[in-house]
Amino acid sequence: MSAPATISDIRKMSAVETCHAALDRIQATASLNAFNSIDGDRALERAADIDRNRARYASAPLAGVPVAVKDNICTRGLKTTASSRILEHFIPPYDATVIERLHAAGAVVIGKTNCDEFAMGSSNENSAFGPAKNPWAVDRIPGGSSGGSAVAVAARMTPLALGSDTGGSIRQPAAMCGVAGLKPTYGRVSRYGLLAFGSSLDQIGPFAHTVRDTAITLGVIAGADPADATSAPQKVDDYEAALTGDIKRMRVGVPARMLAEGVDPEISGALSTALDTLRARGATVVDIDLPHAKYAISVYYLVATAEASSNLARYDGARYGLRSADADLAAMYMKSREAGFGAEVKRRIMLGTYVLSAGYYDAYYLKAQQVRTLIRRDYDEAFKTVDVVAMPTSPIPPFKIGEKVADPLQMYLADIFTVSANLAGLPAVSIPCGFSAGRLPIGLQLTGRPFDESTLLRIADAYERDTEWWKQQPPIAG
Amino acid sequence: MPALTKEQVEAVAALANLELESAEIELFARQLGDVLTHVEELKQVDTTGVAPTTSTSSPGGAATQGVERDDDVRPSLSIADVLANAPEREKARDGGFFKVPRIIG
Repeated sequence: MSAPATISDIRKMSAVETCHAALDRIQATASLNAFNSIDGDRALERAADIDRNRARYASAPLAGVPVAVKDNICTRGLKTTASSRILEHFIPPYDATVIERLHAAGAVVIGKTNCDEFAMGSSNENSAFGPAKNPWAVDRIPGGSSGGSAVAVAARMTPLALGSDTGGSIRQPAAMCGVAGLKPTYGRVSRYGLLAFGSSLDQIGPFAHTVRDTAITLGVIAGADPADATSAPQKVDDYEAALTGDIKRMRVGVPARMLAEGVDPEISGALSTALDTLRARGATVVDIDLPHAKYAISVYYLVATAEASSNLARYDGARYGLRSADADLAAMYMKSREAGFGAEVKRRIMLGTYVLSAGYYDAYYLKAQQVRTLIRRDYDEAFKTVDVVAMPTSPIPPFKIGEKVADPLQMYLADIFTVSANLAGLPAVSIPCGFSAGRLPIGLQLTGRPFDESTLLRIADAYERDTEWWKQQPPIAG
Repeated sequence: MPALTKEQVEAVAALANLELESAEIELFARQLGDVLTHVEELKQVDTTGVAPTTSTSSPGGAATQGVERDDDVRPSLSIADVLANAPEREKARDGGFFKVPRIIG
């Protein structure tokens, strides 16, 4: 039997009952490899505390709701590995700000989810602990890097999960697993306690079955935080109140030229049908041009790897994490990093180090940052005439595990529709919009104006009201 | 750009504090070459006079204004908590320290 699927289902149940249902479901679906660790005892204690103190939690938006948390977000007393050997036994001494806010809202953190190592990847195959599996087809990838979080929600283990999104790592697995996934505006959610990958790109965000549940969760985790200087002072809206269903006169932009080639025909078809659904509710669909968006992959893989090469310098075996013993300090650093990092992480550190190195900085890193400005301007221009931009989340359906491992560039190229939202700092959501003939989920991505998650989620919710894709359940037994 | 040379890969690995195996050096030489060839497309873009974007943080945020607070003592992690994950540590009367291989002499 499935655990409850939405926050409103849970409001009718005891927290302990809900927690048991989630833990049972996680156990029954263990073959999906969605979790790196499960915090069952503490979760049940917390749930019991909530049941004993219902009055105190009466207005807590997530009272008793089990949440799965990506394993690159620090949880005090609970292992946080980033799916890396180098942090295999790391137990953080503090909670990330988002975890503190979840607790204050009555949520029950149930465990830590599998992901690509240090969130680097689009398939979850770069986890040191083996890939999570897509519940719609267990020989296929769930997407990445937040694959385990998407699987936990899709397979009805937990109604909510947190992920992080540096270039699509929430939206792409949401699309491939048939759930909703939201990357908020850069700065909307504190990054304190998120293991840094690309600091100018990283954002934490929710997975859920419904847009409403992502809206409620965003309201809980959003807002300025003195511990993160890049968190934004903008007021946090009542995102749930924004879900009125009314999208009359809303304008949806479609970058038709960018979508003309390279998109799987079934995915193109699902996008057209989704646009018809939005039109039927009163929205206007217009053609827009994002002339520099086609360069987004090149810009992204220069900027993100440069930032990563700097951020991951801290893993040196000195203060925490894996250490390979050596009598010489420099050799200890090198051996610890060689033994602790997997191939994709090393590849990205190498690329980032190369593009920042003397003689190459201007040609690669500076050039990429300049084109990043042009990509932002394209969106600024588009948002003068439209309220959101619609695209497929991924140009390809989930592929077979192992199919693309030998060619990293081919895997990078499939991030074409997700990375530009990170480069421009914009909020974007992926919601289910259909299935392939082979019953693989397809995602619709909507991108909004900075700090206007309200309009973005209103349009996504309106679409969801007129469709039933989000209600579909994967065939996984249990 | 064709594949990087073995020497280039080794030089970058040294900068990144990575001790790569010879199979990795060959693999990365080719794969990094593939990516660097792809990003050559950016040369087609005219960026004359375009300011670089280093962050999308909005004006008014702490990141663009600087962060100031009063110089008050505030709670922080205990030394025991901070040292709990250390691969090697040494106890001492003032709380202890991280232990690493000899650095000087």
